[in-house]
Amino acid sequence: MERPKIIRISGIKDEAEGIKTIFLRHSMVAKPGQFVMLWIPGIDEKPFAVSYSDQKKGEIGLTVAAVGPFSNRLSSMKEGDKVGIRGPYGRGYNLGKNSKQLVMAGGGYGSASLTMLAEEAVSKGCNVKFILGARSKARLVYADRIKKLLGSGNLIITTDDGSAGIKGFVTDALKNLFKAQKVDRVYACGPDRMLKAVSDICNENKIDCEVSIERYMKCGFGLCGHCCVDPIGIRACAEGPVISSAQAAKISELGSYHRVKSSRKEKL
Amino acid sequence: MQIDLSTKILNIRLSNPTILASGVMGVSGAACVYAAKKGAGAIVPKSLGPKEREGHANPVLVEFDKGFLNAVGLPNSGVDNSLGEIEFAMKNAGVPVFPSLFGGTKEEFGYVAERLSTLNPQMLEINLSCPNTASDFGEAFALNEKAAAEVIRIVKSKTKVPIIAKLAPNVPDIKKVARAVVEAGADAISAINTMPGMVINVDVARPVLHNRQGGVSGPALKPVAVNCVYEIHKAVKVPIIGIGGVTTGEDAVEFIMAGACAVEIGTGIYYRGIDVFRKVTAEMEEIMQRNGYSSIKEMVGAAHK
Repeated sequence: MERPKIIRISGIKDEAEGIKTIFLRHSMVAKPGQFVMLWIPGIDEKPFAVSYSDQKKGEIGLTVAAVGPFSNRLSSMKEGDKVGIRGPYGRGYNLGKNSKQLVMAGGGYGSASLTMLAEEAVSKGCNVKFILGARSKARLVYADRIKKLLGSGNLIITTDDGSAGIKGFVTDALKNLFKAQKVDRVYACGPDRMLKAVSDICNENKIDCEVSIERYMKCGFGLCGHCCVDPIGIRACAEGPVISSAQAAKISELGSYHRVKSSRKEKL
Repeated sequence: MQIDLSTKILNIRLSNPTILASGVMGVSGAACVYAAKKGAGAIVPKSLGPKEREGHANPVLVEFDKGFLNAVGLPNSGVDNSLGEIEFAMKNAGVPVFPSLFGGTKEEFGYVAERLSTLNPQMLEINLSCPNTASDFGEAFALNEKAAAEVIRIVKSKTKVPIIAKLAPNVPDIKKVARAVVEAGADAISAINTMPGMVINVDVARPVLHNRQGGVSGPALKPVAVNCVYEIHKAVKVPIIGIGGVTTGEDAVEFIMAGACAVEIGTGIYYRGIDVFRKVTAEMEEIMQRNGYSSIKEMVGAAHK
């Protein structure tokens, strides 16, 4: 039934400057890359990638960056407060059958879904390199979690200002990695322009790649049409949010514009 | 037996009688084309108004056991920003596109109709009946036959494009509204829009939809809608497009036998997938085969005998 289930917040964790994870006791099985709709009654309801999933405990975590009225409100909520949740929705990432050498390319809090994917990949015996990009050191999320999972040698940090790791972008580190080692598959989640760049680089190098696209979503289950992308019309919430780089190459708006709440196009 | 699934609305030929309903999917030109490629015989994009509107906050859709409730609030970027989207749909859909429009005043309906007519569409659907804008607009125009007729008259004075009046179910006698809009010049009628409804979440003691009230769509609406089409068919001679809970070929045939010449499908996309149009058309063919009908025309109004 597509309606929110009310749950009390069971825990809150600070991840980085202005970024928190909200934990909910909810035994939902979500694939990495799938998302849920989180409702603050009377305020609004927004999509969130699942960033933690502990099925033994029956708990999921959603990471929120305080950037607008909704996320600020959510960030100020306390343990015990009620929120609504529905989902999971959309297509998650696919771990290819014969893909052993994987690269995660995460920008900002887009690393949420990729961190979960890395956990699954490791449990299936894949080798994972994780490129974690952020504007600055203070905005880095999940670095310790990824280090613990993969070992520090498999985590490559990039920051725009050089305050941690390599000064530069996720795409710079990705290009270097292509020169240094064999890569079977790349997974990317982050800002639109980064996704476009990663997808293009992978297409040029003929490396399988999946990217998780973000568009303004209303219903989350493919009915309202708000998240359809130009010019092919597929729904980010139903055929996506994870799509192949081959599909990404057909989306002219990727890295260029998106639609705001009214549906008007707005340049990125 | 050779079965012809095409249908005609006025002189416009549709390769099959399933039309994408306004309000679902058709936010952009690309989205309209996507639905057309999945088998829709025609497309009605999301309603456009005179100015940009954000619509309501989420949730805008909620499910109950026999359907959905929605209050999206007519978000759109305004007719002037949207002409390119409609043009894209008309150029690329490969099927007829009937733009839908609304206004807050009669004059605004006229303005939007005039702007859309510059694209020369084959028909325009006049959304007299969206129940989700009451706070801005007061009573929906379709709830009052005089107001509805007034809008139709003004639109007719601003365009030569044939117009479809989209009616609301929640009126004492839909025949009266149908007669009034046809007298005012409506070339066709689509019926029905959603029915007012509410779903309350008991754990937070508030309605789920941000707008609190919404419109019921899906299977729960179907018998109400079939009855409205039946009544309208008795009252007027213009072509009728049936809307309300069409999910299967059997649903579509019910509407046609009540008097419709085509059906619009919206919520059915949730239940059957985006290719619901293809599925419904195939199921209609099977029903026609079984009952010895070779064309849609033979079935229109068959239940009135």
